[in-house]
Amino acid sequence: MDSAAGVVLEVRDLRAYLYTRWGVVRAVDGVSFVLREGETLGLVGESGCGKTMTGLSLVRLLPEPAGRIVDGQVLLEGEDLLAKSESEMRAVRGRRVSMILQDPQTSLNPVFTIGDQILEALGQHHVDGERSLAARAQEALRRVKVGAPEQRMRAYPHQMSGGMKQRVVGAIAVAGEPRVLIADEPTTALDVTIQLQYLALLKEIQARTRLAMLFITHDFGIVARMCDRVAVMYAGRIVETGPTRALFRAPRHPYTEALMASVPRLEGHVARLPSIEGQPPPLHDLPPGCRFADRCAYVADRCRREYPPTMPVGLAHEAACWRNEPSAPSR
Amino acid sequence: MARVEERIDESALGRPRGDLARLPWVSFAIIAVLVLVAVLAPLIAPHSPTEQSLPDKLLPPAWEAGGSARHLLGTDVLGRDVLSRLIYGARVSLIVAAVALLAGGGIGLIVGIVSGYLGGRTDSFLMRSVDATLTFPTILIALLLAVSLGPGLRTIAIAITVLIWARFARVVRGEVLAVKTRDFVALARVHGCSHLRIMAVHIVPNVLNTFMVLLTLHIGFVIIVEASLSFLGAGIPPPTPSWGQMVSDGRSHIASAWWLSVVPGAAIMLVVLAFNLFGDWLRDWLDPRLRQV
Amino acid sequence: MLEERAIGAEPLIRVENLAKHFPVTRGVLIGRTTGHVKAVDGVSFTIGRQETLGLVGESGCGKTTTSRLLLRLEQPTAGRVLLDGRDIHALRGADLVRYHTRVQAVFQDPWSSLNPRLRVRETIAEALVVNRRVTRAGKLERVEEVLHQVGLPLSAAARYPHEFSGGQRQRIALASALAAKPELIVLDEPVSALDVSIRAQIMNLLKDLQARQQLSFLLVAHNLATVRYIAQRTAVMYLGRIVEHADTETLYRSPLHPYTKALFAAALPADPDAPRDDMILSGEVPSPIDPPSGCHFHPRCPFAMEQCARVAPELKAVASGHVVSCHLY
Repeated sequence: MDSAAGVVLEVRDLRAYLYTRWGVVRAVDGVSFVLREGETLGLVGESGCGKTMTGLSLVRLLPEPAGRIVDGQVLLEGEDLLAKSESEMRAVRGRRVSMILQDPQTSLNPVFTIGDQILEALGQHHVDGERSLAARAQEALRRVKVGAPEQRMRAYPHQMSGGMKQRVVGAIAVAGEPRVLIADEPTTALDVTIQLQYLALLKEIQARTRLAMLFITHDFGIVARMCDRVAVMYAGRIVETGPTRALFRAPRHPYTEALMASVPRLEGHVARLPSIEGQPPPLHDLPPGCRFADRCAYVADRCRREYPPTMPVGLAHEAACWRNEPSAPSR
Repeated sequence: MARVEERIDESALGRPRGDLARLPWVSFAIIAVLVLVAVLAPLIAPHSPTEQSLPDKLLPPAWEAGGSARHLLGTDVLGRDVLSRLIYGARVSLIVAAVALLAGGGIGLIVGIVSGYLGGRTDSFLMRSVDATLTFPTILIALLLAVSLGPGLRTIAIAITVLIWARFARVVRGEVLAVKTRDFVALARVHGCSHLRIMAVHIVPNVLNTFMVLLTLHIGFVIIVEASLSFLGAGIPPPTPSWGQMVSDGRSHIASAWWLSVVPGAAIMLVVLAFNLFGDWLRDWLDPRLRQV
Repeated sequence: MLEERAIGAEPLIRVENLAKHFPVTRGVLIGRTTGHVKAVDGVSFTIGRQETLGLVGESGCGKTTTSRLLLRLEQPTAGRVLLDGRDIHALRGADLVRYHTRVQAVFQDPWSSLNPRLRVRETIAEALVVNRRVTRAGKLERVEEVLHQVGLPLSAAARYPHEFSGGQRQRIALASALAAKPELIVLDEPVSALDVSIRAQIMNLLKDLQARQQLSFLLVAHNLATVRYIAQRTAVMYLGRIVEHADTETLYRSPLHPYTKALFAAALPADPDAPRDDMILSGEVPSPIDPPSGCHFHPRCPFAMEQCARVAPELKAVASGHVVSCHLY
């Protein structure tokens, strides 16, 4: 990595496992990345690659009792979150690191009004007068462009549309003025025209508050639109990280390359899409070598024996593939 | 959690380990012993359950002072062997439970499936009947039935059937409503399946898990109802032994001959507990969501 | 209303002014109808043999209800669905049995569309067993044939759905749709529940099957890129009506209706350097219980004119095979 300037969050060799009756599921298996002030890092991968578990690990909200963080560091402005007590963590969540989840339906409590839920989020984090709290809650709604916030404060979640609810979730998430926002597929449940509105809103909030955003998604279209940098995850590990443009122009990990090629395009007709055959390996029974080896078009003997180290392939661009080894014979 | 679950589907993982280890062996053993004892009662029982021997009346259990090895659990007012009566009583409990659960459970299953699948007016009518049944005071209805039909095994079975079918119907209907919205039911209609086939092939097998759990969890309930009715004198007429009746008979001697009520009472408690624990285990075992971790 | 592709040849499916209104009731004991959700409100289109029609739109636009009307899962409030010229909702007896072999479906969620209690071969053979007299050997032979066609091992037949991954399950669902040798398969979001790397596999399979077996597809989807890849013609729906309908190539090259344009603007291309034609629509899709007057889209339309609120635009042909419902044209 170049400089430590503006680094808000640094994750070092994070490992989070699920202890199930079938064995140990290595959902997050040595993940490292940094997140700088005002930037958006896209964490891309398919279901089961560990991207959601990574997000949950950062705020230590793994599913109980199976999930456990077994190793690594999560440094928020230099402090290791994994070393904090549970009560110290409560002061971090919402206040310094917030989360927006996929389904606004389950993020809001159906029996409380929108106002109550925003006030609760605010009240927990700052001790303030009643009146100024209510004013700040309305301000929070106004910031996420919810019309008529005075009335909306008294509404219940079921009285709002999905897009509106997700805005409220966003309002709650940014109410505590966090430094880091983890957005886990926040627009998957929304329609495309509503998705575009929501993404524009997130960008706007980020521009104003300079918060660092970890955007978890499987959609390369969203990545292209939202992210400054991208990290591609496969079977519990990040296989490639780089600036968005560089990674889209010249992906250096065969998985990234194949995945991007298999996405149908809007522009220009394609006679036949290349597809990745097979399935990712089960996370409780991982091969010793590269986890993509079985599905890789360039697989060599070495790939099956040794997991490739992360190697630099360009400016702030790195990938974990033996093909990028400087001395490797070009294939 | 949802997406994590999706990934840990059994396809990749095969059968989970440790299922048998979690089987409630104690419950299982009690149930096995109960069934064996009931089936083999004539071979096991040391005495006839109805044979009276007034000279031996009110003998305490063998370990008490004055107890005899001939009557391990003592004798009652008429000198009948308590252990033998307990063994034969197990038969009554199991027969009543089996008959009532098959009849009540069966009716409940059918009503629940028809009600949930057809919906509309049929559903409204059947569910109002269920509500009506559930509002009756349980024991009172059974007593009324016993009075009008005369006491006996048949009466008890009918009374309990009337009591439990509605509970089954309501739970099964809820389950059917959930299954009905799954896409494979719509696809069955696209394939041209008749309503009867959809219910038989697509609905019933998918509510059977819930039904089985409901059955096991109700065995204990049925045994208690049978005991209560017998205790109140509306159950199995003497001299056929039944646990509830034994508790009732011993009531007046509780100060002098405690074993007459305590022994059958303990048997009821143990068996009901065993069935309930077994039912809980079965529910967890059959529910893949609970089997995850 | 729509131009016929081959003159004289009757299309496989002809949908005429199809409408489905769901009553909205209030009250717990005595239901009172307080209005209607006009889920589908006068939709017409045709699907030719070996053709794919893509039906796109956002949630609540009526595309799924339209597909359910074609599958006879709903009864239309008005209009007809003609299969080879005969109204499918009037079919009885042997004709109905034949319909059930000719029209099949694949749904979005492969976790919900397979009965977990049935072996794969029973699921696949259902349409055969129910509608045709088949011997046990004949059934198994057909099951093996379709398993082969969808690229699954023959050993899959004896297994249960939970032993398969999402992509494999969707292949099983497809095999089940193929078993009775249908002519039309309704595909309701067939790949949107699948992982990105699996989607291409299934889409390629669909294209191959269509080419080999002269199948027609009605593809219901919200993803424009998916529709572009599979469908020869595309219809865009908004609040129960088709607002634009054309050859896929024409529609994607020059969308005319402002809503179609907005949909394209909202579809994010997987390219950081793609030109950003940001046409962010204000507001959300209005309730179909009380849709806006005139053109349903006018409250959100950046080009709305005075007459748009009063007069509902007709579908007009602006070019050969390209119809649009907008006062601008």
